[in-house]
Amino acid sequence: MHTETLIPYLLLLGDTALVQGQRLCEWCGHAPAIEEELALMNVGLDLVGQARNWLEYAAELLDDGRDADALAMRRDERAYRNLLLVEQPNGDFAVTMTKQFFYDAWHYAVLQGLAASSDERIAGIAAKALKEVTYHLRRSGEWVQRLGGGTDESRRRMLDAIPALWRFTVELTAGSENEVRLAEAGIAADPRSVGAAWLKQVTAIFDSVQLPLPKAASHFYLDSRKGLHTEHLGLLLAEMQFLPRAYPDATW
Amino acid sequence: MYAQLVETGVKRVKSLDEMSPEERNFQEKIDAEIKIEAKNWMPEAYRQTLIRQISQHAHSEIVGMLPEGNWVTRAPSLKRKLQLMAKIQDEAGHGLYLYSAMETLGADRDEEIAKLHSGKAKYSSIFNYPTLSWADMGAVGWLVDGAAIVNQVVLQRTSYGPYSRAMIRICKEESFHQRQGYELLLTMMRHGTQAQKDMVQDAINRLWWPSLMMFGPSDEHSPNSAQSMAWKIKRQTNDELRQRFIDQTVPQLELLGCTAPDPHLKWNEARGHYDFGEIQWDEFYEVIKGNGPCNLERVATRRKAIEDGAWVREAAVAYARKQQNKNAA
Repeated sequence: MHTETLIPYLLLLGDTALVQGQRLCEWCGHAPAIEEELALMNVGLDLVGQARNWLEYAAELLDDGRDADALAMRRDERAYRNLLLVEQPNGDFAVTMTKQFFYDAWHYAVLQGLAASSDERIAGIAAKALKEVTYHLRRSGEWVQRLGGGTDESRRRMLDAIPALWRFTVELTAGSENEVRLAEAGIAADPRSVGAAWLKQVTAIFDSVQLPLPKAASHFYLDSRKGLHTEHLGLLLAEMQFLPRAYPDATW
Repeated sequence: MYAQLVETGVKRVKSLDEMSPEERNFQEKIDAEIKIEAKNWMPEAYRQTLIRQISQHAHSEIVGMLPEGNWVTRAPSLKRKLQLMAKIQDEAGHGLYLYSAMETLGADRDEEIAKLHSGKAKYSSIFNYPTLSWADMGAVGWLVDGAAIVNQVVLQRTSYGPYSRAMIRICKEESFHQRQGYELLLTMMRHGTQAQKDMVQDAINRLWWPSLMMFGPSDEHSPNSAQSMAWKIKRQTNDELRQRFIDQTVPQLELLGCTAPDPHLKWNEARGHYDFGEIQWDEFYEVIKGNGPCNLERVATRRKAIEDGAWVREAAVAYARKQQNKNAA
């Protein structure tokens, strides 16, 4: 069986959705319009719900007494497997939506692959999540177009946001050997076709509003699949995990 | 109650024979429980009172997200995080829905929000209190949403159709929030550690009185009530609603195994109601005036969100206009 390789993959899916959901929670009360308060929280809600499903499955396979909450709330940053992209600070709305769009384009392609997974549990979670993420991608793509093609100021902000985030996209276009093996076994989405679909999606939206596409990012030192994160994740986890860490015997 | 001290601009309620034919026709419809709709004739004071009340209610939904936003990034489990996010999402939806109901009266959302940011418009006093522990998320759901529901259940029968229909929809979701809040506290009290139980009691101690203040001043100091009652914008007095809230909440408090910070709270067999102590009205009026613990921060946060987001909204408008021009060409 593929349990040993599957666990880190489930953590990649679950941790990425959770960290992105946590970043969206930070927008509560600060969004540029009430409609966006609703939409940001709605997308976050979908993602934290999906994270719970992936982490529950990971916890079952781990079978070491930890449940999904323990995985979310008691692991340190070195054990987290989320993509580096989503742990980046929210910045302004241009950074937030660019981050969301890069993630959604990857997420959508991954879930499309996973909906056909030979692992029925994975296929079931992915099929439901795909419906949600179809909307996420449409929404974030439209925001990239609005901001990229809106006013001089919004375009300037997009042109600042893209290079700041671009280096982390290397993780969206190149998967690990582990993932390739899982894909060949029919379980995971093939990271090579995910990477190609991601680039196609991003190119199409960028071209539609003449946003320049940077050169492909290259790998340098940091690697979420090895738990090598940016400094931002530790602070995010310190906040998110505060209560279970401060009151280890509590029941919530 | 999310609307307090709503000004009617009317000194004295007119009798039917003092009214113009239009006013009389309007009042007779109200007396016959026929809903007033957006296109119907209505006295200007009725329209303005409703705009003030509904906008105050909408502002409360939006400002009310802030004390919860303070904890949503620190929810202690995935289930609790999802519950709180869903509640906050519902509140944003209620705000939008209420602003729409308000706009049917000819008011403009942006203008009313500008009044909130300038301090001219009010929102419920309760949201000027800080949320200091996770138990506050339960206490807010149980007490604050609970007090809001007592008021809003009655407002489902309010005379203005769009407001009444908004209330019907909002009440369903808020009952759900209230049960979730109570369940959160019950879990901490029944299965939690002593530290958690202390957290719950502390949250109740801090939020009990401010929740009772949500119903507004006592009837003898509520100058606008008579006209609002005659128009059936309000259907029961502040004191009646407050008493109902206390009567239904005390048994729940006992089931939790907690106490209220009120030595005078006691069942009165003769009245068939709970007696309770004197509310600190000085505190209430200070908070209403802007001197509560979080007034400055709440308004500043909302103002900053809308100011910082101006470029985003401008970009959306500019892009939509460019697309329209492209399609027209």
